[in-house]
Amino acid sequence: MDPGRRRKVRLAVMLSVAVLLASALVYTTFAAGSQAMRPSQLATSAVPGRSYQLSGTVVAGSVRHTGGPLAFRVRDRNGRTSVRVLYEGAVPEPFREGREVIVTVRRRGSVFVGEPDSLITKCPSKFTADERS
Amino acid sequence: MTSLGPALLSAALVTEVYGLGASLYGALRGRPRWTHSGRRAVYATAGLLTLAFAILEAAFLRSDFGVRMVAEHSSTTTPPFYRAAAPWSAQEGSLLLWVWLLSLWSSLVLFLTRRRLRELAGYAQAVLLGFAAFFTVLLIFLAKPFVLQHPAPMEGLGLNPLLRHPSMMIHPPMLYSGYTLFTVPFAFAVAALAARKLDAEWIRSTRRFALTAWLCLGFGVLLGARWSYAELGWGGYWGWDPVENASLMPWLTGTAFLHSIQVQEKRGALKVWNVSLVLATGVLAVLGTFLVRSGILDSIHAFGASTLGKPFLAFIAVISLGSAALVLSRLDQLRSQPRIDSLVSRETVFLLNNLVLVGLCFVIFWGTFFPLISEAVTGTKASVGPPWFDRYTTPLGLVLVLLSGVGPALAWGRTTASRLPRIFAAPLGAAALVLVALVAVGGIARKPLALVMFCSAAFAATSVAQEYWLGTRARRALTGEPAAVALLSLVRRNRRRYGGYLVHVGMVVLLVGVAASSSFQHVRDARLRPGQSARVGSYDVRYVRATSARSSEKVTLGAVLEVTQHGRHVATLRPSRGYYPSLDQAGLGRIGRFFKGDSTSELGMRAGLGRDIWTAIQPDLSSLEPYIARADRSFPDANPQLEGFLVTTVVARYLRDGPPAEFRLIVSPLVGWIWFGGSIVAGGALMCLWPRPRAVRIRRAARSTPGLAQPLGRPRPGEGETAGAANTIVARLADSQPSTGRGSGFSQGSSL
Repeated sequence: MDPGRRRKVRLAVMLSVAVLLASALVYTTFAAGSQAMRPSQLATSAVPGRSYQLSGTVVAGSVRHTGGPLAFRVRDRNGRTSVRVLYEGAVPEPFREGREVIVTVRRRGSVFVGEPDSLITKCPSKFTADERS
Repeated sequence: MTSLGPALLSAALVTEVYGLGASLYGALRGRPRWTHSGRRAVYATAGLLTLAFAILEAAFLRSDFGVRMVAEHSSTTTPPFYRAAAPWSAQEGSLLLWVWLLSLWSSLVLFLTRRRLRELAGYAQAVLLGFAAFFTVLLIFLAKPFVLQHPAPMEGLGLNPLLRHPSMMIHPPMLYSGYTLFTVPFAFAVAALAARKLDAEWIRSTRRFALTAWLCLGFGVLLGARWSYAELGWGGYWGWDPVENASLMPWLTGTAFLHSIQVQEKRGALKVWNVSLVLATGVLAVLGTFLVRSGILDSIHAFGASTLGKPFLAFIAVISLGSAALVLSRLDQLRSQPRIDSLVSRETVFLLNNLVLVGLCFVIFWGTFFPLISEAVTGTKASVGPPWFDRYTTPLGLVLVLLSGVGPALAWGRTTASRLPRIFAAPLGAAALVLVALVAVGGIARKPLALVMFCSAAFAATSVAQEYWLGTRARRALTGEPAAVALLSLVRRNRRRYGGYLVHVGMVVLLVGVAASSSFQHVRDARLRPGQSARVGSYDVRYVRATSARSSEKVTLGAVLEVTQHGRHVATLRPSRGYYPSLDQAGLGRIGRFFKGDSTSELGMRAGLGRDIWTAIQPDLSSLEPYIARADRSFPDANPQLEGFLVTTVVARYLRDGPPAEFRLIVSPLVGWIWFGGSIVAGGALMCLWPRPRAVRIRRAARSTPGLAQPLGRPRPGEGETAGAANTIVARLADSQPSTGRGSGFSQGSSL
């Protein structure tokens, strides 16, 4: 095979492999993605059993920890609608009322159960002054 | 003094705009005087920004609460060490740090190249000053660090307790140094394209800056991981958060660039690829900064309520489109270079390594920006978590480890098939040995990917060791030096090459640590009362008793844990939690504020190279709440002495009752290898950066000038005649071999 033709074959093979890999990447991402939702969206449209990534602010005075799972409410960043979350597992250090959190949850009746180790809170270097005070 | 800050920033902006104009005019019209003037503007900018940063630092150290940023991020009780680090805990201060570091690195590179790259200097200065001007505009109009307030409060809010960690002093400056240093090769790549000077000179002149950027960014990322592991109470070191990913992406493309530029230097190939890589790295470095500032993605590291998203987006659009346009307009000049001759050659491995690194970067980019992509495609925002990232990054990481062992063993140009068994016999033997040993141990075969990683690591480490051994043996044969001396001489004269190999070893060690700690980690969350035990892995952890401590800064509640294995004492650990009093007396109560403010974990950890036993505690304060509430109701106006007494009483009650506590218990094998591997990587990179001995520098310079090599290749006074002659012979051998396929590669492409 002459070198020019060989180069073309190589290029075609590499491009085919790249297209295959990219297709797999796109497919698996859409299949594995958790829908990111605010509490107000979650309250109205969450389907039981499906996982969602909930982001919002921990409601002041809502955190209860009495032996069982940690219970708290999360509200929209700029709104009042909130949902109740039950979470079992280690809580990140900066977790506190009034702080922003992101947690993967599934609907169970009227509450949302957090997946273990999915709760994350804003890195303390990124708190704004009102969060601090 | 602080009122000078805004004036200094304005003066810096004027200087930057002037310098940008002068540099461009000098470059376009061929007027060196204007180019020199532009360079002096860079120096002046560095001076002005240094003063501005020093004033901000002084305000923090003096606790000048008249400056709003100081009042919001420091206090008189914040230790001086952390007051010095507090400026970059805020949006405004971190931006000032960014542009200040950029101005310093810009000045340094322009000073070092002042007698070279004359045709590129003007364009490069314009790019660097353009970056600086953008950030200075943000500081003047959108994120002002010197906003004053009257009257000044008596006390500040203080630095968040979670940021009071030694890493706070190093981690952000390291990351920012990495980001800003990557703008240096970016600027010179743009300059080379603009000036149509597309040989390897700009690469040679900025290579050290690219390597330093890579080192700083990598070290910064690793420090962040260590900080997270040791401080944040969740026991992990990487969460695939968008901002974490954003710091990893330019590091990956930077790694690819540092490999592929060698192909351009040795073979004159991959010009389009190299210039695209360095431009992408520069854009990704700004993208990382953008993700932190914009809040466009839900990230734990993003500033809330930021107004900087749109300006950053516009800036990224300009530099991305400008870069792409420049590359496309110079394609003809970039393409006219030799192709890769053989698939079995070092440059092929470098190309594969580049494809894997860029593929890895693309996967991370796709996963990070998937919320925006999915919203654009389906109308709903969706995101992917760590399992998705692991699915792709793990196999790609495995391929990288294998390539890091294959690359050093192959020659530039071509390696003949008949040589391959001899080259790879030892590495393959080591991999097989590890496979047999691990299967014999048992339990590890359940994790096939980890098993493949350990075998690949053995292959790569043996391959590198073989390179060191062959090089030392060749030098001994030529010079008669003892083995240790020959090894040292070999490394000293080829720091870039053998430093690079050491980096490979470090990465292998690091990735073994990642594979082992993520595959064989045991985690247990347990609620225990004093006297109760929990099992994690093969260890039993018993909660012996509760502990407490009180200082002016915080109240600490903790536990004594006894760790045993098969009945044998292993360690006594003391995890605790520090509660920092909140200033919110009205909302939380006079006593409640001592227990409901910010709190931080102090881990109880037994760390070792074999495994870490990691424990954290979350005391259950619910049994104390009635007492705290009663104290708040009974003593709403308690003075500090009474406050102290009441807090002590509550703490004493905690100790007496011994209430339950939540514990997170983790046993992680080989997690220490991550930090150890990182140190080896840093050592290898520093070895590469260290200047070569003068004799080698002269000889290499001479070799690039035909006719001068032999006279300048003579030994210097004081060097042995034999050694000098041997070096010259080996250097000639090295130069004559690139396409012969002889040897394992140890003697090719580099003098000994």
